Amino acid sequence: MLSHLSLYEQAIFVLAALLLYTCFSLLAHTRLLDLIRAFAWQGVLLAATCALVAWVLEQPHLYISAILTLSLKGFLIPFALHRLVIKLKLQHTVEKVSSPTTVLLSGVGLVIFSYYVALPIEQLSTEITRNVIAISLAMVLLGMLLLISRSQAVSQVVGFMAVENGLFFAAVVSTYGMPMVVELGVAFDVLVAMVLFGVFFFQIKDNLDSLDVDQMNRLSEVDE
Amino acid sequence: MDWLLALLQTALFVFGAPLLLGWIKRLKALSQNRQPAPVWQPYRDLRRLFHKEVVIAHHASWLFRITPYIVFGAVVLVASVVPLLVTSLPTAAIADVIVLVGFFALGRFFLALAGMDIGTAFGGMGASREMTIASMAEPAMLMAVFTLAMTASTTNLSTAMLTILHEGLVLRPSFIFAALGLMMVAVAETGRIPVDNPATHLELTMVHEAMILEYSGRYLALIEWAAQIKLMVYGVLVLNLFFPWGIATETTTNALLIGSVVILAKLMLLALILVVSETVVAKMRLFRIPQYLSFAFLLCLLGALSHVILEAGYII
Amino acid sequence: MNDLTWVLGLPLFGTLLLALLRNHRVAGWLNVIISAMTLLASFLLALTVLDQNRLFFFNNLFFLDAFNVYLTVLTAFVGTTTAVFSRPYMAHEVEIGRVGMRRMRIYHSMYQFFLFAMLLALTSNNLGLLWVAMEAATLATVLLVSLYRTPESIEAAWKYFILCGVGIAQALFGTVLLYFAAFHVIPVSHNALLWSELQQYAGQLNPTVTSLAFVFLLIGYGTKVGLAPLHNWLPDAHSEGPTPMSAVLSGLLLNVALYALIRVKIIVDGSLETNIAGYLMMFFGLLSFVMASFFLHSRRNIKRMFSYSSIEHMGLMTFGFGMGTPLAVFAALLHMTVHSLTKSAIFVTVGHACQIAGTQSIEHIRGLIKTQPSVGWGLLIGTAAIAGFPPFGVFTSEFLLLTATINTWPWLSVILLTSLAVAFAGLFRNIQPMVFGEQPAQQVAVQANMLPVVIHLLLVLSLGLVIPEFLANWFNQVTLLITGSGLL
Repeated sequence: MLSHLSLYEQAIFVLAALLLYTCFSLLAHTRLLDLIRAFAWQGVLLAATCALVAWVLEQPHLYISAILTLSLKGFLIPFALHRLVIKLKLQHTVEKVSSPTTVLLSGVGLVIFSYYVALPIEQLSTEITRNVIAISLAMVLLGMLLLISRSQAVSQVVGFMAVENGLFFAAVVSTYGMPMVVELGVAFDVLVAMVLFGVFFFQIKDNLDSLDVDQMNRLSEVDE
Repeated sequence: MDWLLALLQTALFVFGAPLLLGWIKRLKALSQNRQPAPVWQPYRDLRRLFHKEVVIAHHASWLFRITPYIVFGAVVLVASVVPLLVTSLPTAAIADVIVLVGFFALGRFFLALAGMDIGTAFGGMGASREMTIASMAEPAMLMAVFTLAMTASTTNLSTAMLTILHEGLVLRPSFIFAALGLMMVAVAETGRIPVDNPATHLELTMVHEAMILEYSGRYLALIEWAAQIKLMVYGVLVLNLFFPWGIATETTTNALLIGSVVILAKLMLLALILVVSETVVAKMRLFRIPQYLSFAFLLCLLGALSHVILEAGYII
Repeated sequence: MNDLTWVLGLPLFGTLLLALLRNHRVAGWLNVIISAMTLLASFLLALTVLDQNRLFFFNNLFFLDAFNVYLTVLTAFVGTTTAVFSRPYMAHEVEIGRVGMRRMRIYHSMYQFFLFAMLLALTSNNLGLLWVAMEAATLATVLLVSLYRTPESIEAAWKYFILCGVGIAQALFGTVLLYFAAFHVIPVSHNALLWSELQQYAGQLNPTVTSLAFVFLLIGYGTKVGLAPLHNWLPDAHSEGPTPMSAVLSGLLLNVALYALIRVKIIVDGSLETNIAGYLMMFFGLLSFVMASFFLHSRRNIKRMFSYSSIEHMGLMTFGFGMGTPLAVFAALLHMTVHSLTKSAIFVTVGHACQIAGTQSIEHIRGLIKTQPSVGWGLLIGTAAIAGFPPFGVFTSEFLLLTATINTWPWLSVILLTSLAVAFAGLFRNIQPMVFGEQPAQQVAVQANMLPVVIHLLLVLSLGLVIPEFLANWFNQVTLLITGSGLL
């Protein structure tokens, strides 16, 4: 039973469940600012997980990742997105999701799917990794679901970053992070991607007069 | 002796419920900077209603007259099986969560019928709204219950409480979700803000009140009382299932004393939380309620999922 | 200072230098010079590596063996010739006012950064770093695709960004899983992402985890290879970016992605007893091959048509590597080379053709051979080469691949042959009027630099006629590395 696990593992489970919850709240929020706030919470939770692993398992390099995550995903990126949304005057936009319940239910389906995918992984090291891999896979898939179900460029970016968060969670808990070179590289990529996204927002806005990506359909017309 | 204790516990439920409501109303008045009524005000209201003459529409059928008794009876039966102070009572054997949900459903069914019996527009409207809410709240509640049942491997309330007590303090992600979901369902089921406003008689927003608009006198008293007991039952359920610490596991005086003090404190605290949330949150439009309830359902579902994914692998 | 420092350092230096340089004409020349120096350095590196079999650099973070040094040279080579083409081409674009000075700086800087990222991906021993480099290459190309800032290019870049970003995130998940599998097997845990270590301990990795990891890596890097059904970004990105970018995308980036896929396949094969990784690659390779060959027919944009041709050929290579017999791998390696050379040559000519006609629409490009014979002939010969006409190298490699298929999976050769014929028809049906059709009035020649095209096509031709012995030995070494047994 769960009570046989150490308090650390229980805490990781709770954090995993909360992260999963933030993914669902990302799917449920239709206002951009709410979406960004939920995303920031996800970043903070992720950093907390990272710090917890660092503290309990004495992996000092994870403190760096925790700080990096907190500053980047908890503050910097949400803050930048927030500023962009205000600057582009999108704060009152409510996104139309064609059928929110279906999206949420398919999200649940994805969670179950990722559970079955992770099921055959034998518990190699600590007992918790398999379950954590299931959860992080679910986070990745839910981020992709967000990307598919939304047409606002901002939400797509949040989905993109949420996918990244899922990956990071898997890395932190199952392998105590990646080697430092890789982690720094990934953080750099994420940062550059964010800057690029910011640039793109303005370009899309200039061209389409809105950030609704569904209006991008010129290329498919060329095609047939 | 044990049976006597069970009877006593039921009586505590039945006669303590107005007190809980009085406490909530008092806190609410304080939070709104009003002069609070005394905490026993609900008792006075009930007494006054019991003394009043009953006025009934001409074409009301027997169903209308019998409903208050059925509703009250069902709720009292529920109250008799929910462990309040102590787990090891003879009634514990029938304290099954699904039975409990069934009893509530029975009461609601008759109430809805009675609402439609008179044939006024309000009654029918209230009944249809109540049933809409119920149809979405019940799956969520059952889902929360299943999460609990999976953890404790039983649907029996007192056994579940004992299991949880035995394991000590364990951080369970599934319980966090299930507790939150159950609380949201409880708010919807007991007709509190933001789903329904117990203090309103505005036709656009009424749900529960619309259904019982035709009742008066002792009938109304019984229904109101039943609603108060229901509120308390939900409160006790949430508290004792997810935070059972303090409840007596044996029938010694000492344990009982501790049990009653603890449950009193817990209920007072829960009432405080309820009042704070009701002060912060505004009443929702009726059309938002499905969203609210599907969110509750999602929470409960997540609870069940996180149980399966994160916790279930360790049942040895 | 070793050779690798030069190979990686030069483009990185170029990125910074060209970002600061204001004069776009000088930048164009510098772009060529730096690329050429990189090519020289990579040649020197190749000589050392071929001599010593395997080289490690910087605390095992980088390593070179016959496989990646071959791709390094190819990358540097195509990078250089495309830079040669890009100089007058982009100067023309500036003249007609499609791009401004500031964006020219971005262009040149990102061109070098793109080369750097690809070389980093190729030489990295660390699978995580490989991923980072792939992502960096994606980011650089996103900027290049959106260079013209037209609604179409913005749309293409956005789709490319999102699809590839998400796709490649799957690859990172696969990498994490691989790391997870290796974490407790490899003694020094921070070495657990090093390819050389992973290969050594492949037999001890948990098969369930590695097979799961491979699925994710296939989705991730497969998106970048352009495998169906995740190929949608590729035609968009190719058609809307500047032509030199299309040339390096098709000629190089797809190769690097395929390289990453093969590297992980080697590890996964070592861990699993079945050939599941190979089957998966064969299936998706064949699917892309067949699908792209049919899609070729109905294209209206010339660059889109040739990007579908790229999908087709990448599918064929993936299929060959998936088959995994020495002959198939040898053929796929050869195909990689000749496809890179031919396709970049084609995009160079297509770029000039589009400048002549002032459009990319197939319907409106007519009579090239009359307006500017060099471009017309270049396009015709290039198309003939890519369609697999003998005596070009593509014919040789496709023939070898067919032979390998007949040896192991005879029935699949029917599908291969049919699709080859379909693709052949699709290409020529569109190319013929473009080259020979009625020349529109006022169509004038542009200043074209056909030198890269000539070099590439001559190389492809000579590879079709005779494969030099040192190259055959080289490919044989690579085949030995990938399959465990050589061909010769």
